Order: sequence, then C-alpha cells, then structure tokens
Amino acid sequence: MSVFDSKIPEGPLADKWTKHKNDINLVNPANKRNIDVIVVGTGLAGGSAAATLAELGYNVKTFCYQDSPRRAHSIAAQGGINAAKNYQGDGDSNYRLFYDTIKGGDYRSREANVYRLAEVSANIIDQCVAQGVPFAREYGGLLDNRSFGGVLVSRTFYAKGQTGQQLLLGAYSAMNRQINRGKIKAYNRHEMMDLVLVDGKARGIIARDMVTGEIQRHSAHAVVLASGGYGNVFFLSTNAMGSNVMAAWRAHRRGAYFANPCYTQIHPTCIPVSGEHQSKLTLMSESLRNDGRIWVPKKQEDAIAIREGRKKPTDLSEEERDYYLERRYPAFGNLVPRDVASRAAKERCDAGFGVNKTGEAVFLDFSSAIERYGKEKAFTSGHKNPTKEEITKLGKEVVEAKYGNLFQMYEKIVDQNPYETPMMIYPAVHYTMGGLWVDYNLQTTIPGCYATGEANFSDHGANRLGASALMQGLADGYFVLPYTIGDYLADDIRTGKISTDSPEFEATEKDVRERIDKLMNAGGKHSVDYYHKKLGKIMWNKCGMARNAQGLTEAIDEIKELREDFWANVKVTGNAASKNAELEKAGRVADFLELGELFAKDALHRNESCGGHFREEYQTEEGEALRDDENFKYVAAWEYTGNPREAILHKENLEFKNIELKTRSYK
Amino acid sequence: MKLTLKIWRQENKDTKGKMVTYPIDGIEGDMSFLEMLDVLNEELVEKGEEPVEFDHDCREGICGMCSLQINGEPHGPNRHITTCQLHMRSFKDGDTIVIEPFRAKAFPVVKDLIVDRSSFDRIQQAGGYVSVNTSGNTIDANAIPVNKHDADESFNAATCIGCGACVAACKNASAMLFTSAKVSQYALLPQGRIEAVDRVKAMVRQMDEEGFGNCSNTGACEIECPKDISLENIARMNREYLMATTKG
Amino acid sequence: MGGLLKSSIARKVAMALSGLFLVLFLFQHFSINFTSVICQDTFNELSHFMGTNFFVQAILQPILIFGVIFHFIMGFVLEIKNRNARTYSYVKYNGAANSSWMSRNMIYSGAVILAFLCLHFYDFWFPEISHKYIHRLPEDPTRYYEETVVKFKDLWRVILYVISFIFLMLHLLHGFSSSFQSMGWNNKYSKGLRGFTVAFAIIIPLGFIFIALFHYFNQL
Repeated sequence: MSVFDSKIPEGPLADKWTKHKNDINLVNPANKRNIDVIVVGTGLAGGSAAATLAELGYNVKTFCYQDSPRRAHSIAAQGGINAAKNYQGDGDSNYRLFYDTIKGGDYRSREANVYRLAEVSANIIDQCVAQGVPFAREYGGLLDNRSFGGVLVSRTFYAKGQTGQQLLLGAYSAMNRQINRGKIKAYNRHEMMDLVLVDGKARGIIARDMVTGEIQRHSAHAVVLASGGYGNVFFLSTNAMGSNVMAAWRAHRRGAYFANPCYTQIHPTCIPVSGEHQSKLTLMSESLRNDGRIWVPKKQEDAIAIREGRKKPTDLSEEERDYYLERRYPAFGNLVPRDVASRAAKERCDAGFGVNKTGEAVFLDFSSAIERYGKEKAFTSGHKNPTKEEITKLGKEVVEAKYGNLFQMYEKIVDQNPYETPMMIYPAVHYTMGGLWVDYNLQTTIPGCYATGEANFSDHGANRLGASALMQGLADGYFVLPYTIGDYLADDIRTGKISTDSPEFEATEKDVRERIDKLMNAGGKHSVDYYHKKLGKIMWNKCGMARNAQGLTEAIDEIKELREDFWANVKVTGNAASKNAELEKAGRVADFLELGELFAKDALHRNESCGGHFREEYQTEEGEALRDDENFKYVAAWEYTGNPREAILHKENLEFKNIELKTRSYK
Repeated sequence: MKLTLKIWRQENKDTKGKMVTYPIDGIEGDMSFLEMLDVLNEELVEKGEEPVEFDHDCREGICGMCSLQINGEPHGPNRHITTCQLHMRSFKDGDTIVIEPFRAKAFPVVKDLIVDRSSFDRIQQAGGYVSVNTSGNTIDANAIPVNKHDADESFNAATCIGCGACVAACKNASAMLFTSAKVSQYALLPQGRIEAVDRVKAMVRQMDEEGFGNCSNTGACEIECPKDISLENIARMNREYLMATTKG
Repeated sequence: MGGLLKSSIARKVAMALSGLFLVLFLFQHFSINFTSVICQDTFNELSHFMGTNFFVQAILQPILIFGVIFHFIMGFVLEIKNRNARTYSYVKYNGAANSSWMSRNMIYSGAVILAFLCLHFYDFWFPEISHKYIHRLPEDPTRYYEETVVKFKDLWRVILYVISFIFLMLHLLHGFSSSFQSMGWNNKYSKGLRGFTVAFAIIIPLGFIFIALFHYFNQL
C-alpha cells in the first residue's frame, strides 16, 4: 500500500491553481505543431479538450464510437450547469460552490481539484456564451439562473431541459472550427481497443474502424481518455446504449489505477422498468421533486390491490398514503439529495409497498401541487370562490407550463396521463463518480495518459450534485487539461513523430486481434445481451443501492463465474471485418465483466457508508448512512494484476484543511 | 402482438440490398420500437443469423443517432418523437411494418438500416460555429445582453438533433431544414451575427456539394422533425443567403 | 444559368420570382378575359391595345415568354436534380402523411399546364402571329371577341380547358405561397398572405373556367 503523489501544489487553497499555472512548463507554439495528441471520446470533456488543444496548436485526433461527435451522451443532461457567477447576488462564491460540492460528495473528494473546479466554473459560462450557446435569459436580456439539488443559492445556468445538448453542441462547434482548420482529425465510428505504451509512456492507441472492421494503429505524444462513465455495468441505466468502460479499462489493464469504482449515483426519479425486454431507463428531471410528493400506500394490501389493478392510486385517501420522505426527513422532505431519496424508495419497495406490476415503483404525485397552484392562480386572477373543477383546471395549466415537456415524455413512455394519475418512478443508475485515478494535472498513473470528465474520479467524491457533471466536463476540457498537459509535453518537443512500427504497437495490435478472434470463435451458446443482463442483475441486486458484505462476496464470485462462462460460450454472429454490433457489444461486456468484480471488491473493502455507497452494516439506528472518517478518508486506487479480485489497493489520503468534516443531515 | 416486419438488409455500401420479411411474435405495447428490434435480433442471434444493424444510442430522443423510415415515414407515424421514443402500442396485432434506412444520395447505406450522415458534420464544419478561441479569456457572459425573444428563437433552432429525418422525409432529400437551423441559431444572436455572411454562404455551398436536393417547400421536414424545428428557419436562411450574396 | 444560379437557394429564388411574375401575368390575362363576359367592346379594346402597343409587344411579351420558358426549364432541371438526390427510392413512401399532394406534384401539374400552353399557343398565339406578321393582314380592332369566343364552341376544348385550369389551381395552391417562403418571407403576416394566395389560386382558375363555360353555353 504505497502513498503516491497527487501533485497538489503548495500554498493556500485559493492560490493553488494560479500558482500551478505559473510554475508548470509550457510548450512554445512552434513546437506544438510537432506534437500529436489523441482524445478518446467527444463528449463535453473530450470535445472541449480536443478543440482547445487544437487551438493551442497541437495536432489532435479524436475518436468516438458514434457516427458524429455530437452524439456523445453528455447531450442527454437535462437540468443545467453550475457556475459561481453570483449573478443573482445571493452570496454565491467560489468557496461556497467548493463547499457544496465537497459536502455533497460526502467528503470523499480532493479539496484542491474541487476548488479549481469552482474557480474556473465562471469562465465556462463566459466561454459558452461567446460560442453562441443559447442559455435561458430574462426579459432584460441577461442570463437566467435556477436553483438545483438542495443548495442554498441559484447558480445553475440552463437551456430549458436541454442544457447538456446545448453545451455539447457548443463544444462540437468548437471542434468543427478546428476540423475545418485541419487541426483536428475526427475518427468517428472508431473504437479504442487498447492503449499502447512505449517505454512506460502512453504513446498511442489501437482502434477499430467499426464500419470496415480494420484494426488501426494511431500514435501520439499523449493520450487523453474522455470516454465517460461505466453505469452500463448495470445493464439497465440512464446511460446511452453504447456507453462503455473499454477505453478506461484498457488503460487500467496497462497500468492506470482505477479509483473508487463502487461510487455510483442512483438517480431517484426515473421511469420504472416495465418488463424483461427493457433496454434502457429514462430519467425524469430532478426538478419534478420541487412540486411532486412521493408516496406509497400505508397498508400493504392497498399496494397489492394497486399492483393487481383492483384499486387506483386516486382511490386512496390522504390518510391511507405514506409520504415517506416527508415523514422521515421533515426538514428537506421530497428534496433530500439523490442518494437519500433513492434509498428510501428502495426501502419501501423492499418492504412490499411498491406500486407497479413488478413492485418496484413509488408514486410521484402532483395533485397537491395542482390544487395549490390552482387556488393561487384563481385568487390572483380575481376569482375568490372557485369551484374544485376550476381550481384543478387552473392548477393543471400552471403545472403544464412548468413541466409540460416532462409530463409529455412520461405519457409517451408509460401511456398514462400524469395530470390525472400520479407518476410512477423508481431509482436508476445514472452516473459513476469513480473512474481512473488522476493527479492534479489529470494525469493517470501512466505517464502521458490523461483522463477527464466522468472517466476520472476526481471531483465528485462519493456523490455528485445535480448540474455539476457538465461543469466538471467542460472545466477539465476547456480550462484544465490543455494547460496541465503542456507540463508533460514540454519534455517531448524533441521526440519527433512516434512511429507505429515499433514492437510495442505490434504487440498491442496482436493482443487486440487475438481478443477479437477469441470473441468471434467462442462456444456460441448465448448472446452477448444474455451475459450483459445477467451481469446487470448481479450488480443491481448485490452492488446496487444498498450493499452488504455477504452479497458483495457472492457478487465477486458470481461475476467471475459469469466471466469465465462468457469467454467460453458467448456467441458473436457475423464477421469481424465489417460493421458488427454484436462484436462491439461483446468487447464492451467483456470489460464490464472485469470491472464488475473490481467494483464489488471495492465496495466490500469500504466498510462505511458514504454518498452513493451504502453498506447495510454501516447505518445509524434511523437507517442513515454512517461514514467512517477515521479509517476510510481516502481514495481507493486499484492497481491491475491480471485478475480483478487480486487488484492491489493504493490509498490516497484525503486532507481537509479548508473544510470541517461533518455528518450530512437532512432531517 | 404478432407482426410482420419487412426490413432492408444490405451487407455494406458496395453490395446490393433487398427487403427481407421476418415474422415476429410476443411483442408488447410497452416496448419501444427499438426494443422490438432487439427482440428480433436476439431471435436471429439464437438462430445463428446476423442481426439487423441499426443506429441507436441514447434511447431517449436526444442524441439523434436513431433513424429508420417506418411505414414510409421517418421515425414512424407519430409526431415529435424519434424512433427510440416510438412505442409498439402505436401498432396493431397483425400489422405489417416496413422498415427502411433513411434514403438520400448524401446518406449512403453503411449496413442494413445504418446510413452515413457525415455529410451533416461537413456542413457544420463549413461554418457552423462562432470563431472564438476557447481560452476562457472572453468578456463576461452578461456583457452581451440578448433579447429574450431572439434567445428563445435561437434556442428553438438549436434543439435540432441532426438525425436527418428532414432529409429522409423530403421528396427531394433536401437538407435545408437542418442547415437553416444552425444558420438561424447564430444569425439570431449578436455573437453569431459577426460572421453571418460568410457562414451562410459556406454552409449552403457545402450543403449543395454534398448532393442534397433543393427545397420545394412541401413542409414535410417540419412535420416529421422530432424536435419541431420550424420552416421559418428555412425562410430565414434564404433571406440571409440572398443578403449575403447580393452584398458580395 | 451559370454562376448566378449555381446555388440551390439562388435557383429556388429564381423559380419563385419567375413564378410570381407569371402569377401577375395570369391576373392581368384574367382581368382582360373577364371583360369578354361583360362587354364585347371593352374586351376588343383591351385586346387591341395589348396586341398592338409597342411596349407590351416589344418588351413585355419577350419578358413573358422568357419567364415562361425559364420557369419551365428551371422546373424540370430542379426536378431532375431533386430526383438524383435520392438514388435509391423508398419501397414505401408515405408522402401524404406530411405534405400536400399539390406540393409533391408540382412537376405534374406544371407539365399539364405546359401541354395546355401548347394548345393555347396553337389556338391563339400562332394565329395572332400569322395574322400580324406572316399574312400582314390589316389591323382590325374588333376581331378579337369573335376569334376568342369561337374557340369555345367545341366541347372537347372546353373540357381540356377545365382540366387544365384545375391543374393550374393545384399548381398555384402550393406555388404562390411557396414562392414567398423561397424568397425568405415568413413572418407574422404569412398566415394572412397564405389565405390570400389560396383564395387567388382558387378564384382565378375558377374564373377562367367560368369564362370558358359561359361562352360554350352561350353558343349552344
């Protein structure tokens, strides 16, 4: 268990980043032209990094598995992006954003990184506005803000429910500008299959052209992994179908430590699973919890009656309903943080109070909001004695104006009218806080291999706050990595072009080819999805919202068995020399089958509950998470040894010099 | 539900394709259209046949990756949704569903139902951006006030997901709605106005070079657009283009 | 049609402008024709003016002919280009779901109108040219009414006339309002304008049909 260097600059917290920028090496513009950088993934973190690197003068190659950089899953983020602009004059500051993020992350993130994130957050907004990102505005023409996820200020910038889309298209446009200048070469429908190390440094990747099946060698002086999170290890998640851990996991296998894999965010308001055929879960914006009240029936027989269709939710009187969040957390009520709300829903459903066919759903009810808004509206429009029908009609109009598009989306998927009957929701895997371990420069433990955005572990600790993922992706890509990478590349100005004919490229390509051959020629018993679904079940049941030592121990073995079965019996149709979705999936699932085991191992070793990691053994009498700062105030960075269960743990101790460690309470 | 699927199968861009009929059973109304195809593919894999290739990713109607011409309409018979948001309850037991790739010269078929939409990327690369450095050393965001109405219009145009339904629906395979949405987004903002003349010329030139057809104002694109992008954008682009070319 | 009309948008605008010019001409033609129903002398007077005025004959007429030819050639050129933009057509294409029949079939309604124009030229324009420039017959300001009305004696011609104007109606129903969109005119007045173009597209062809039927029944 070594202690390793996270390269955090000395000095006061607020000066670290400025000082660091002054101290690190720079590459002069003429030399940048001789340096190549590969960026894997073109979401907010990768797209913005690629654009800025190219603009600085580096030759950039981008890789994405989609048909265009614009499709990266950053596009699906709905709510907004945080920035400490203090435009509302409500007392926001860099420190406050820093504080909220550390606290929200349950004190498991690195102070210096988070402070830097808060520091550059304001720049992001300036940058995006200059790029023509159409943020929501007030009538005076200035930018509008909303409040989000339980913090005490309004610092969230947004573009209706499509903030992620607009920011991603902004980064994509910046990329396009550089593509047009010839500074970025975009390899779309290309998947990174492995990382190539030469003399211990990352010097390129092996990629597969997903259309022709061609295996290609690409060299560079540095490789940036911005390949997103690994939520799809659960099979069902709100991630895109193609989101995968391959790039990060290949780097891990080549020596990059993987940090805190067990930190997973389960989002409380998703549309429940409707059946076995389900391929993907859909998130309903967190903003719904501002007006919706969450409940299940008080009596189990009512829950059963509703499940069997003998009773309707609207048949139950107020007394027969259990608004369990309001009951358990009177101070925050329905607005408790994501991890708390998710666990509470699971607790009720596990106790047998779930309300849909599968028993895994709770109600999100807008009838009180409709009534409240209706009365208010009637009153303000001079209608002092409105009838119940009038109130309901007016109330529905107000709710429609606020959440119309979400209600519509719900109705399309579930085929029920949420204005008439309460919505059904259930938690779903949404975001992974864990990822490749990186130092202050965002460099992994492999020199020359960097990780940004959701792919790294650095900023969100054990739980991410709403509207912070977009902030981190763009901060890393636009404002951090392009400078810190110069410190490393400054030594490379005399290296010259990296040859792809070296034995290292040769050997790595051979590995890739063998792996593909092995997948193509396995036993041919079960489809890739068969294994992925099985893995997902193990993960969800034993490494999901609540974990315990026994389940995790079982999971480690079950995943190993499943992985062995997979390699022996998976069936991949078609051939490797053409577009082959089954082969693509197989490669990704193979890596999930390794990651899953490490995930469970990490969860098992962390004998505490914090943020998204809830161990049943470590809770208070009221069922709240019990953190253990004495023994687990560290980042668990795992070193690959050839077998996930034998990964070696390295601890990076977290120091909190600017913030006092407290127990989160939402009572 | 029991259905008959007629699906376009084509090995790669150089081979000829054909329609193949697949009967399918056990489809539920709660399944999305793509989940129905998942079921078909699972059956095909079981039988050792190659599954049907189709583009998809986010499955929540925002990434723009999914396509499919379903019974003669892009993204199927329902309005303002993408194929991944289409549910099987929109079909009846015993229905025959014809599934084809989006067809346009500028969207060559890659395999089965997958087409190559990189022409859209090239149109964007020709000028779909504001030429500012990403250094962060820009002026404060609130130093550029924008009229709310214009900002909202700009946003509406910017919600285009680049799926290509407009091209697929258009009898002329024209990409005017797509191109005009980007032109409009920037034309409506002060940040974008500065390069408006060059932008519209460059983007229209690229659009023409890619081999898309002309707009004949049938309005099919607007109706089929999953994001409800308005025809007003096309008029705006025409206007911008006329002004740009007459100004020189 | 070189540099100026190289871009798709420029071609569309040219199409719209020539179309609008033809709409103006159509209105003018209709107004004069309609006088044949009201007053024989007025009709003769106006026809004589149009047939002999130097400005009309030497300047407007060539522009008109150029406009007609341009509109047709450009229409066909665009149609061919547009067809080429989809090399492989759909097995199933449900155009009716998202657009009007008129908008999708401008080439067919246009072709019918072109065929009709041939008949129209054969009926009126060639005799007129032959009268004026080949046989160099003396001016007769009163001949027009008779010459016109006599054409509507034959039922077959009247039927062709009616069919053609129905196609003209279909053509105008899409083309007239569409030309404003092509020129970039789409704003809060567009709805009203659309109403006007639809009314125009229905009333003017119906008016022509009425004139034809009027003269046919008058001569029974």
